[in-house]
Amino acid sequence: MIISYMYSLIAVIVLFLLAFIGVKLPGGEVLFGIIIPYLAIVIFILGFINRVVDWARSPVPFRIPTTCGQQKTLPWIKPANIDNPTTTGGVIVRMILEVVLFRSLFRNTKCAIKEGTKISYEWEKWLWLFSLAFHWAFFTVLFRHLRFFTEPVPAAVQLVAKLDGFLQIGLPELRISGVVLLVAVTLLFLRRIWIPQIKYISLGSDYFPLFLIFGIAFTGILMRYFTKVDIVGVKEFTMSLVTFKPHITKGIGSIFYIHLFFVSVLLVYFPFSKLMHLGGIFMSPTRNLANNSRAKRHINPWNYPVKVHTYAAYEDEFREKMIEAGLPVEKTIAPEEPEEEKKE
Amino acid sequence: MSELSKPDELFTHIEHKPPQTDWMDTPAEIKKGIYSYAANPKSLEYVGFPFARQWNPAEEDWKLPENWKEIISKGFRERLDRFRSVKVFMDICVRCGACADKCHFFIGSGDPKNMPVLRAELLRSVYRNDFTTAGKIIGSLGKSFKKMIGARELTEDVLKEWWYYLFQCSECRRCSVFCPYGIDTAEITIMGRELLNLIGLNIDWIATPVANCSRTGNHLGIQPHAFKDMLDFFGDDIEEITGIKVEPSFNKKGADILFVTPSGDVFADPGTFTCMGYMMLFHYLQEKYGFDITWSTYASEGGNFGFFTSHEMMKRLNAKMYAEAKRLGVKWILGGECGHMWRVIHQYMDTMNGPADFLEVPVSPITGTVFENARSTKMVHITEFTADLIKHNKLELDPSRNDHLTMTYHDSCNTSRGMGLLEEPRYVIKNVCKNYYEMPANTIREQTFCCGSGSGLNAGENMELRMQGGLPRANAVKYVHDKHGVNMMACICAIDRAALSASMEYWVPDVEITGVHELVGNALLMPGEQKRTMNLRSEPLPGMEDEDAE
Repeated sequence: MIISYMYSLIAVIVLFLLAFIGVKLPGGEVLFGIIIPYLAIVIFILGFINRVVDWARSPVPFRIPTTCGQQKTLPWIKPANIDNPTTTGGVIVRMILEVVLFRSLFRNTKCAIKEGTKISYEWEKWLWLFSLAFHWAFFTVLFRHLRFFTEPVPAAVQLVAKLDGFLQIGLPELRISGVVLLVAVTLLFLRRIWIPQIKYISLGSDYFPLFLIFGIAFTGILMRYFTKVDIVGVKEFTMSLVTFKPHITKGIGSIFYIHLFFVSVLLVYFPFSKLMHLGGIFMSPTRNLANNSRAKRHINPWNYPVKVHTYAAYEDEFREKMIEAGLPVEKTIAPEEPEEEKKE
Repeated sequence: MSELSKPDELFTHIEHKPPQTDWMDTPAEIKKGIYSYAANPKSLEYVGFPFARQWNPAEEDWKLPENWKEIISKGFRERLDRFRSVKVFMDICVRCGACADKCHFFIGSGDPKNMPVLRAELLRSVYRNDFTTAGKIIGSLGKSFKKMIGARELTEDVLKEWWYYLFQCSECRRCSVFCPYGIDTAEITIMGRELLNLIGLNIDWIATPVANCSRTGNHLGIQPHAFKDMLDFFGDDIEEITGIKVEPSFNKKGADILFVTPSGDVFADPGTFTCMGYMMLFHYLQEKYGFDITWSTYASEGGNFGFFTSHEMMKRLNAKMYAEAKRLGVKWILGGECGHMWRVIHQYMDTMNGPADFLEVPVSPITGTVFENARSTKMVHITEFTADLIKHNKLELDPSRNDHLTMTYHDSCNTSRGMGLLEEPRYVIKNVCKNYYEMPANTIREQTFCCGSGSGLNAGENMELRMQGGLPRANAVKYVHDKHGVNMMACICAIDRAALSASMEYWVPDVEITGVHELVGNALLMPGEQKRTMNLRSEPLPGMEDEDAE
């Protein structure tokens, strides 16, 4: 189990060295700056679409929402319109809360045995908090990065950057999201190795993206606050990528290429891994369906006729006993069976 | 049961620390007391299931068909193509572990493979190896790479592990409430069991009820005349208790409503008392309002063990309800107190066996209430029906007859997480019993704990597993028993009534189990009844026997 995260750590170190050394070789900047990022983005987009389309190809034969509140029945019983939605509107709200605020995870409890014989279930908010911090920080960082790919920079991006730097510490101004991302990803990693059960279920493929994202955040912070990368040069280069006139800007430094390479690896890794939960959450049939399967008919596209033991076959087997017990039957026993007639 | 350790021993032996060896390197040890006996081949043959044979899970050789891997692989592919749930749930788990300590079997056993995430990984590992591009590419690099991404080959050991742990999941869906992506282990267990059934690996406690249900109309194999006899016998008991002769009608053409309940209610205590409750309620309504309801001997099972076998088998057994409703020409169907029966009715029936266009939109003939929520399926839950009656003051009730009871209510997994039927039974209970206390919030409603024996695990030979799985529920009962003196727990599920009786006897012996309609039957003032001195269990009613003596 120790090995599983060591392997992942080694993998990320190897990737680091690959970029660190590779970029110094002839053509390295073109390879790591242009070819790999382009390739990565293509693989990401096609891979993501492919995966979602593949999911969508399988139908949802039955309505199987997990109902987490009172159903809508009698008019005087108050239904839980969000946790047990019966309308599309309710489903949308449920999904928004799930995607944006991780509502299900918010319910998390921790089971513990107390005083020898009492089982308690206390509210466990840490996983929810770490995850929420991680995802929102990641999203903010990503959104802020739009300033490298747009000219002029949209007001929304500028606003987010401004809010993100509201502490106004240091120069360049400290952006909170980057720090939160780094801390949250560290906590999510520590959680995996501290809690014995979580460690037991964790795979190398669970640690790998954590190390990789740590690497991305770390190199990003390093560039911004410590090595003070040439922002103008970087923007010139990133704009050349988005305008499909790629050219290398000299003197950006290898940390930038490492950062970019880590991001590229993450993009390539994404569609083939558990990171696809980003798309999957929207397609989860226990969350995205209305609980109205008794009120409205739902069609299963592959529904097929099955063999049923019919009433006729049932009565054929038990007719005598049924008649004897005074149960109504469809067919009476034929008169050429005098024995039975006498009985009746 | 004799080998089962004492409750405090079982409790103190729970070890939630995972073993030293990696789970993939820890083959399942098939333990006595945990596993259920293999299916009787005759039962499998009766319903036409493949590879029916004598085999013993405790033996090395499971007599698998030669091409079992090919069958499983093909079956897996088919199910991925048919169920988006399976495909998505195979791909998106991040192993955050939120589900880990939500499973009653994990809490009670400490076996890490009972953590929902790991139970699913048992199948996911094979899925990654055989059905994903990443699995095939990375897997080809070597075994340690395979392990990195959690992929492994399907071997006989893996198959045995599937069997062992898929029959330690009661498909209760508690984990799916907490999963941030709504991953539902029940879906995975259902698929896994379908695959196992393709190669004849079922358990007898499921297979034999399925065969019985197909042939006689109910799991217990009660033949039509015996079914009638049993209800007649309850009628005699009711007469003794109330002085009123109750005569249910059977297979009656042209009745207004067909009533279907699990056969456990007809056969096993304390469900039988619930059954008497139904009979009394129906008699009351018939006398007062001309209510016309009939029981069927052909569709004499509400429960559906086919659901624990395969989607196809579920459909085959469920089809009888609509078929019988059509044959008898009733207007709609009323369903009794049962858990998984109601998940099947609520989430599957109309889709599988509908449209029920030969039935009418259910309307209570007594209150005029239109059951809009059952507009398409045309089947109403009895607590919805009774709650509506009480709300409209259509029942004369004397809750003081239940004064000796201090109640709590156990939400069944399926009716709470697969329907949201939470308030209706509570409303009924509170109107027929004065003393009522809820168990702690994290153990009721959508967070309710399984009885420990759901989804066909209610056998005798796996008692240790059942008591382990029953622990979280029992512990919450003990809490309200100690704090409020709760001595009776109501439920609306036939498996609960049987399973919780056993688990209470083991964990909290002072608490008994009842169905909701047993309480209704006890409180119901039937027109022309004699003074009651006994409850439906023929036990003296406290307070009443004194008056008689004086």
